[in-house]
Amino acid sequence: MLQFLIRRTFGAALILLLISAFTFFMFFAIPQDPAMLACGKNCTPDALAIIHKNLGLDKPVTVQYWDFMVGIFAGRDFAVGHCPAPCFGVSFANDQNVWDTILDRFPLTISLTVGSLVVFLILGLGAGMLAAKNRGTWIDKVFSSGSLVVSSLQIYFLGPLVLLAFVYSTGWLDKPKYVPFSEDLGGWFMGLLIPWIVMATIFTANYTRMSRSSMIEQLQEEHVRAARAKGMSGNYTFFRYAWRGSLIPIVTILGIDLSALMGGGMVTEMTFGLAGVGRLALDSVTNKDLPMLMGVMLVSAALIIVFNLIVDALYAVIDPRVRLS
Amino acid sequence: MTSPIELEGAEASSALDMESAPKGDADKPKEPVGQKPGQLMWARFKRDRAGVISACVVLFFLVISAAAPLVSKVYGKDPYTLYGQERPELLDMFTMPAAPFGGIDGEFWFGIEPGLGRDVFTQLLYGMRNSIATALAATLIMTILGVLIGLTGGYFGGKVDYWLGRVTDFFMALPSQLFFVAAMPVITTVFVAPDKETPTYVRACAIIIVLSFLGWMSMARIVRGATLSLRDREFVEAARISGASPWRIIRKELLPNIVTPTLVQATLTLPSTILSIAFLSFVGVGYVEPTPDWGRMFAIGAGIVEQDPYYMLFPGVAMVVFMVAFNLLGDSVRDAFDPKSSR
Repeated sequence: MLQFLIRRTFGAALILLLISAFTFFMFFAIPQDPAMLACGKNCTPDALAIIHKNLGLDKPVTVQYWDFMVGIFAGRDFAVGHCPAPCFGVSFANDQNVWDTILDRFPLTISLTVGSLVVFLILGLGAGMLAAKNRGTWIDKVFSSGSLVVSSLQIYFLGPLVLLAFVYSTGWLDKPKYVPFSEDLGGWFMGLLIPWIVMATIFTANYTRMSRSSMIEQLQEEHVRAARAKGMSGNYTFFRYAWRGSLIPIVTILGIDLSALMGGGMVTEMTFGLAGVGRLALDSVTNKDLPMLMGVMLVSAALIIVFNLIVDALYAVIDPRVRLS
Repeated sequence: MTSPIELEGAEASSALDMESAPKGDADKPKEPVGQKPGQLMWARFKRDRAGVISACVVLFFLVISAAAPLVSKVYGKDPYTLYGQERPELLDMFTMPAAPFGGIDGEFWFGIEPGLGRDVFTQLLYGMRNSIATALAATLIMTILGVLIGLTGGYFGGKVDYWLGRVTDFFMALPSQLFFVAAMPVITTVFVAPDKETPTYVRACAIIIVLSFLGWMSMARIVRGATLSLRDREFVEAARISGASPWRIIRKELLPNIVTPTLVQATLTLPSTILSIAFLSFVGVGYVEPTPDWGRMFAIGAGIVEQDPYYMLFPGVAMVVFMVAFNLLGDSVRDAFDPKSSR
């Protein structure tokens, strides 16, 4: 198990390195001067020169990449001051430290993701299993047709509708806002309740569909039927045999969805007017704030890779064959 | 030798069909031995009521969006005219539609857009048209890329396959939505200087490039898997022994056999591509004013949902219906292709 994890960690580090290089050269090696983007429409040669110097753009691209990567581990010195160890540079737009800004925004995105994750995993897997267990009955029909329609909803459509129903017309809840949960647990919960409901609704529907079809497939597997035939109880085979097997495709999709949730908090954050990492990424695209964008990309990619590592470890827990290969 | 065969267990599935066919279809030939896989698939698809209905719905959407200029000519309005400014009585002092229900009436079927006072019906039609056309182009390129990469990896195997697989893994590990958003301005600067306005066709090209560059991976994986299972089959070996070149084997033996899984995957890719385009426009890096766009209608609608919830009603319902129909269609096409993989 340990060896497996170590091997995967090395692979992950390699992928992260590749992503950093890919992202860097995509932005800094296009046939356009990146400083021109930052400089905007009324650009003077002086302003351009300052941006060049701040970014170190006068050096060759490979040297710039090396400086950037060294900066992440050792820190760098900029015109606006020293930038300590995990240094992703300073923002073009407001000269702020990229790493500090990201740290400031991340709790909201994590809260959104983890909160809805807990809800949709419990509800989605539960509903899917219930539907699979009662296959063909009215429970199954209600669950599968309901989840088909709901999973076709989009956050930017359902979100405003829920806001209209619970905030604008009834006034039952306040507009979503973020309060750090170390300050006020109740405020944190109530502030994020609507985004959680909206995200969890759509994902619950997706996971109900997946869990149902995966369970049905597993229940028809020969080892499950053999276990049932040799006299094991229905519930035992259902949970110990079929459920365990049905988790494998779901864990795969979960790994993909988690990265979509982390990186794609954009839609949720835009819909509810929250300022998380997704919003930060969008703003840096609008402001042409390349260092900030690089920082968000790399940190999100790193997180996604960590998630994928966890997913891989989960595979090994669920399926012993993975451990052996 | 070169006739298309089913990927796995063609005999088993046609045997299954022999049993169930007389119950379902009376006028079906009693001996389905001579049926081609395409005919079998079509027969199975026709029996699937949900599939046929959803195919009709999808077709309806495709036709009305393709015929958007025609429809808007008959309807007598276009998506660009600011009706609210031409006729001030349409909007109230807050530039919200003056009539109840967002201005929905016999003249403006789906209401009027708050602010600029444009016609929602034609906006939706043209928006759907732009989204679907862009998505079709992107899906086509994704499919071609995926088939090329998957076929190459699957057929040649060995080192080629290993490295193509690693490249595929790498692209799959990218945070795709972040990359969509980040790559859009980068791609547009390749075509247009930053101090100039970006023309619509350049935006469309940038969207297509970004989406297809970051979206070919699952197609490649599926094609690679299919090719691997075909590569060692007897008819391919026979072709190789009789001296056929790799290009001929790929073209004549492999390609006809991966058409179906490719088609199934493309039916699943198209709706998700439409959603990706809507996402880009929603967050403000896709199509911009005045190009009508489906996704941007939600961005406008979300901002004014408190005052005029009716604006978002039709774009939203249209999208839900379209997505449900497309999902059902995808399931049915897959079931018709491979009855064993039923839900």
